[in-house]
Amino acid sequence: MASSLQQVISVTAMNIRSIPSRLGTSLVIVVGIAGVVGVMVALLSMAKGFELTLASTGRDDRAIIMRGGSNDELSSVLVREQAQVVLDAPGVAKGSDGKPLAIGELFMITDVAKRGATSPNNVVVRGTTARVFELRPEAKIVEGRMFTPGVREVVAGRSAQRQFAGLNIGDKVDVRDGPWTVVGVFESKGDVHESEIWVDVDALMTASRRGAYNTVTAQLTSADAFQGFKDALTSDPRVTIQAQREPEYYASRSETLNKMITVLGYSVAIIMGIGALFGALNTMYAAVATRSVEIATLRAIGFGNGPVVISVILESLVLAAAGGIIGGAVAYLFFNGYTVSTLNMQTFSQVAFQFRVTPDLLWKGVIWACSIGLIGGLFPSIRAARVPIVDALRSS
Amino acid sequence: MKYFPLIWAALGRRKPRTILTGLSIAIAFLLYGMLNAVNVAFNYGAEMSGVDRLVTTGRYSITQILPYGHAHQIRSLPGVTSVAASDWFGGYYQDQRNFFPQFAVEQEEYLGMYPEIVLPEQEKQAFFTTRTGALVAKTLADRYHWKVGDKIPMQAGIWPLKGGGNVWTFDLVGIFDTANPKDRGQYEMMLIRHDYFDEARQFGTGTAGWYVSKVKHPSEAGTLAKLIDNTFANSPNETRTDTEKAFNQSFMKQLGDIGLIISSILGAVFFTLLFLTGNTMMQSVRERIPELAVLKTLGYTDPLILALVLGEALLLTLISALLGLAMATMVLPSLASQLPGLSGLTITLPTIYGALGVAVLLSFIVGLPPALRAMRLNIVDALMGH
Repeated sequence: MASSLQQVISVTAMNIRSIPSRLGTSLVIVVGIAGVVGVMVALLSMAKGFELTLASTGRDDRAIIMRGGSNDELSSVLVREQAQVVLDAPGVAKGSDGKPLAIGELFMITDVAKRGATSPNNVVVRGTTARVFELRPEAKIVEGRMFTPGVREVVAGRSAQRQFAGLNIGDKVDVRDGPWTVVGVFESKGDVHESEIWVDVDALMTASRRGAYNTVTAQLTSADAFQGFKDALTSDPRVTIQAQREPEYYASRSETLNKMITVLGYSVAIIMGIGALFGALNTMYAAVATRSVEIATLRAIGFGNGPVVISVILESLVLAAAGGIIGGAVAYLFFNGYTVSTLNMQTFSQVAFQFRVTPDLLWKGVIWACSIGLIGGLFPSIRAARVPIVDALRSS
Repeated sequence: MKYFPLIWAALGRRKPRTILTGLSIAIAFLLYGMLNAVNVAFNYGAEMSGVDRLVTTGRYSITQILPYGHAHQIRSLPGVTSVAASDWFGGYYQDQRNFFPQFAVEQEEYLGMYPEIVLPEQEKQAFFTTRTGALVAKTLADRYHWKVGDKIPMQAGIWPLKGGGNVWTFDLVGIFDTANPKDRGQYEMMLIRHDYFDEARQFGTGTAGWYVSKVKHPSEAGTLAKLIDNTFANSPNETRTDTEKAFNQSFMKQLGDIGLIISSILGAVFFTLLFLTGNTMMQSVRERIPELAVLKTLGYTDPLILALVLGEALLLTLISALLGLAMATMVLPSLASQLPGLSGLTITLPTIYGALGVAVLLSFIVGLPPALRAMRLNIVDALMGH
């Protein structure tokens, strides 16, 4: 056993040391697999970034309350009496002013052009109050100031301000019933809200001639208080409303797009992987063919078939792993942190997010690379071990 | 053409290698075909939609509601032949994941201005006479196994019923298809009647989400759009009107640059492929140096040798490209049935031309270096090298 391990090591070392003399053909495997892994990791990092942006929104001890049956904030309607029921429900924490810390909010869409473009995009206008910073302590004004209650002023999320035109302080943006003035920019740890613009809820109600909220977001006394709070609301005969923990709601809003990009990413990776596999097979067959005499010689002087097979597979694996690492590194260099904005069909609004090349994606890439390398080396190695020694030695 | 057997024989020289190389090229063109079909499907809807139809939405967003009175005012404008109020129902069938669009429309006006939607006259009349009636696209009926006469319960995502109920039950009175199968993806939807919808909903009565108008002369569309918006300017409900084509195009733009993503992927695919095949071609020529030298000795001219090696690359790439496209054609129908909204996935003629163009380019890039090398061979050296 020890001797065949030694054989494996020595043959593999010999193979790998000889790679530089076959650089061109060896590069085929490396570059081919780097291409596959690069595309796969880049696409999956898009899905991952989108998922993380939505999943990082909200906290376990906050709940979002919508009309029973509605899927998202935009399609929910809560009249003031329903909102009052929520405020009075057990489990809602008190704010610094001693009142229940829950805000009835408006969720509307307004058309804003992307930077350097003219066509309209669905940007979220959230009608809220100055207490929003107590309700969502992760958000804070980083430039300018908060809007004045009752005045047609706007604070823009950092991502919205970067992606869309005319959201810098001093700019005018069409919200409802004419232009509103941007007076500040807020950040919210890169979550979904940063893609929104916030305005005063009463000013927006007046301008849009609406009397009802879309949702209520409530701070609970603790994350554990959620069940009691939810039960109290769902059993209240006066209202048909539903409560969800914030992270659950926002995570659920990424499902469709996430699934679409993931399916695309894996489909492309699998199909490209098959293409690269053919390339790897070609290379390894050629590698084995050009070394048929060496291999036959090794076998003639007593090296077993096992070590020969394993050494060829190992060579293929090393090349593939190198390709996987290069592909992952290229995806990281070019795409990690790259910000895009797209229409999330599940909320009918624009969400800005960053591509995130995470360690688990890089790991997936290397695994995928090694699988291709393993199969790419397997068949040629078997052929190498099968050719009769005499024929191989004669063939030169 | 008389050199074809020679080229063919060169490809058959090492069959496993030729087959493996051909397969990796075919795989690249399989991806090319599939991704292009997706790209075409995304753009097709916008390109094909009517230039004789205008869409009027709220000035600030499609999500605003407009008073129903707007319909009468638009209809009275000279040059407008009909107007259909429309609303987004936004419900779902059984599960939120079963997403497909449902529109509440003014039935006669709407079907009158969308000749691309076809259904039996009898079913059309049934829709006109059944207030709770609904029409669905054939692709949807197939997916959910619906047939005419079924009652379809829809969960309301936005609009509860007057009594507060959340389940609307529609009578399926007809199943429509599109005049051109390519349009299927664009019209994969359910239609219900706006009059019934408006009367039965809990709030929003007397409004519509947007208006679609048909204009007599497409050339007047731009002027009419302005006229409509001017009609409502400075009113509490200002509008934004565009041709349906421009409206759909700007909506597609909201998704981001799908074309760019797809061409980036394909760029990476072909760059990878270039490496795989280029190397094999070089190797194949290197192995045949003595044979090429023999050909030269026999009197084959340098340009002919160049042409032979290039022809070999071209033949292999073209056959593989066609194989890849054929595979894509076979895979697409089953893929399309899995992707809601993309039922019209097909390989179009421009895609095929594009593929052939890429194949020729590819074969030149990978074939030229070895072909030049073969052309410049010095007979004596080449023969001695062995």
